[in-house]
Amino acid sequence: MKTDKIVISVKNLIKDFGSFRANDRLNFDVYEGEVFGFLGANGAGKTTALKILCGLSRPTSGEVMVSGCNVYTQSNLIKQKIGYMSQKFTLYEDMTVTENISFYAGIYGLNFKQIKNKTMQLLSSLGLEGEAHKLIADLPLGWRQKLAFSIAIVHDPAIVFLDEPTGGVDPVTRRQFWKMIYEAAAKGVTVFVTTHYMDEAEYCDRVSIMVDGRIAALDTPANLKEKYNASSMNEVFLGLARHTSNK
Amino acid sequence: MRTIYFILRKEFTQLKRNRTMLPIIFIVPLVQLLVLVNAATLELKNISLTVCDYDLSPASRRLTSVFDASPFFNVHKYSFSTDEAISHIENSSSDMVLVIPRGFETKMVRENKAEVQMLFNAINGTVAGIGNAYANQIFIQTSKAYFMEFAGLTSGQLNTLNINAIPAFWYNPDMNYKVFMVPAILVILVTIIGMMLAAMNIVREKEMGTIEQINVTPIKKIHFIIGKLLPFWIVALVMLAFGLFVGKIVFDIPLQGSLVLLFANAAVYLLVMQGFGLLLSDTADTQQQAMFIAFFFLIIFILMGGIFTPIESMPLWAQWLNKLNPIAYFMKIIRMILLKGSTFTDIRTLFLSLSAYAAIVLTIAITKYRKVN
Repeated sequence: MKTDKIVISVKNLIKDFGSFRANDRLNFDVYEGEVFGFLGANGAGKTTALKILCGLSRPTSGEVMVSGCNVYTQSNLIKQKIGYMSQKFTLYEDMTVTENISFYAGIYGLNFKQIKNKTMQLLSSLGLEGEAHKLIADLPLGWRQKLAFSIAIVHDPAIVFLDEPTGGVDPVTRRQFWKMIYEAAAKGVTVFVTTHYMDEAEYCDRVSIMVDGRIAALDTPANLKEKYNASSMNEVFLGLARHTSNK
Repeated sequence: MRTIYFILRKEFTQLKRNRTMLPIIFIVPLVQLLVLVNAATLELKNISLTVCDYDLSPASRRLTSVFDASPFFNVHKYSFSTDEAISHIENSSSDMVLVIPRGFETKMVRENKAEVQMLFNAINGTVAGIGNAYANQIFIQTSKAYFMEFAGLTSGQLNTLNINAIPAFWYNPDMNYKVFMVPAILVILVTIIGMMLAAMNIVREKEMGTIEQINVTPIKKIHFIIGKLLPFWIVALVMLAFGLFVGKIVFDIPLQGSLVLLFANAAVYLLVMQGFGLLLSDTADTQQQAMFIAFFFLIIFILMGGIFTPIESMPLWAQWLNKLNPIAYFMKIIRMILLKGSTFTDIRTLFLSLSAYAAIVLTIAITKYRKVN
């Protein structure tokens, strides 16, 4: 559940690639247990910011704290506390379900007993007991994504970053996926999610919308709709995107 | 340590399942050994010869018949015109022309010496050079036998007539080319496994996107690198053992020196090549790129490394360049240990150079490898 404790704090974050400014003075805070939606058109700079928060990329300047750790100096500590699932498929296709679970659990430092328990628990909550020894390559995409999410939080991280987790997934599985996100958030995990689906934006506690490397809006979906006089997040998003392209 | 264990377990699981990599690792070396060792030989047989015999004497016929009987030469045409014989070289139907001038036998009897002319097709310099050496042997032996029979000279007198060099080929007394080639093929084998397959394995994770997932985990860079390189280091050493076994069974290659010493050298040599593999994987984004870059360097390294041509006969600049060629070091070491029975004292300089090389390349590769950009 959402609390008042700040787990991600970003002040004046700038990231340049040569002369191109991908992130221009970003400022936002994310609270513990919150489902934080990170929206934006393709190329708006979402993934760049996300990679900086995960320690995959170094910011050009600005202050960034993730779970109490500085991204410049404590990126290895951050990695212990976060989970990550990218838009690309991140499980090993030539390994079985169990092998993938125990590999990731192992490199996050769980001991053999914990790995065994986690595996059983994961398989039963996903209903994958029958597929435990099947190769990932033989699983349907929706199942893989649900498994990838479960593996991303196998070490009980404080924050989980999801980069377009539901791309190419059918609506039924997407709903199940969001149910899993809520379950994780209910346990106190902060969820930081990027998406292109505006109906998913409605599920978030708060949403930020990035346009051309800047944060153009940040509020709850209800407030945003009211402010932009829109009936859905889709309209909010289109309004903001159009606003900038007319500039 | 635990992290390394989990990475290694994953790598071996994937290796076991990989249907393209596994055959490459086990079948390619067998094919290389069995086909290349037999085919890639510098021994010359059946040099095609055209004879222009203007003398038509018993002595000239005798010389011709010795050439014909030799396994190295094959008299495929007789001609009475040097121009016509040369045309055989020009249209590549002959490698060599032997011209025996008129008065050959008379000169032999009267002056105890006579001249013949040999013309070579030197497009393939090796054929010309080796053919020349073989032919000279035949001339010496034939003339010696001729003088003994017809001129009535004793072998004692003969020895004062000309000095005959009898070569002795050390470390490979039968001049068995296979014995020379098997170690070379083994070097190529461990190089490909240690460098190319390891590099391609890392790049594969980049291609699939799984490396990003690895990079957000707390895996330390050095653990990841060890977990990635160690499996191929082990596989390469196992394949070296397997290759030596096949070499011994099929080609009966000598194992003169200490196998422990050989494997110690191979272990260090592999570290050098794995360092290069790691650098390569850092540069390449796709497996295809990795393969092309690897081939480019491997071909130069291998051909310069003394697989077919002795480094000592290369121009000086090439010999200097070879000081940077790890294959040249290991090629020399493996032949010295296997064929010559060299001990650690003999190869100490080579071994220490390789070790220094490994330390430098690995340090550069590990420092350069980045999890964050």
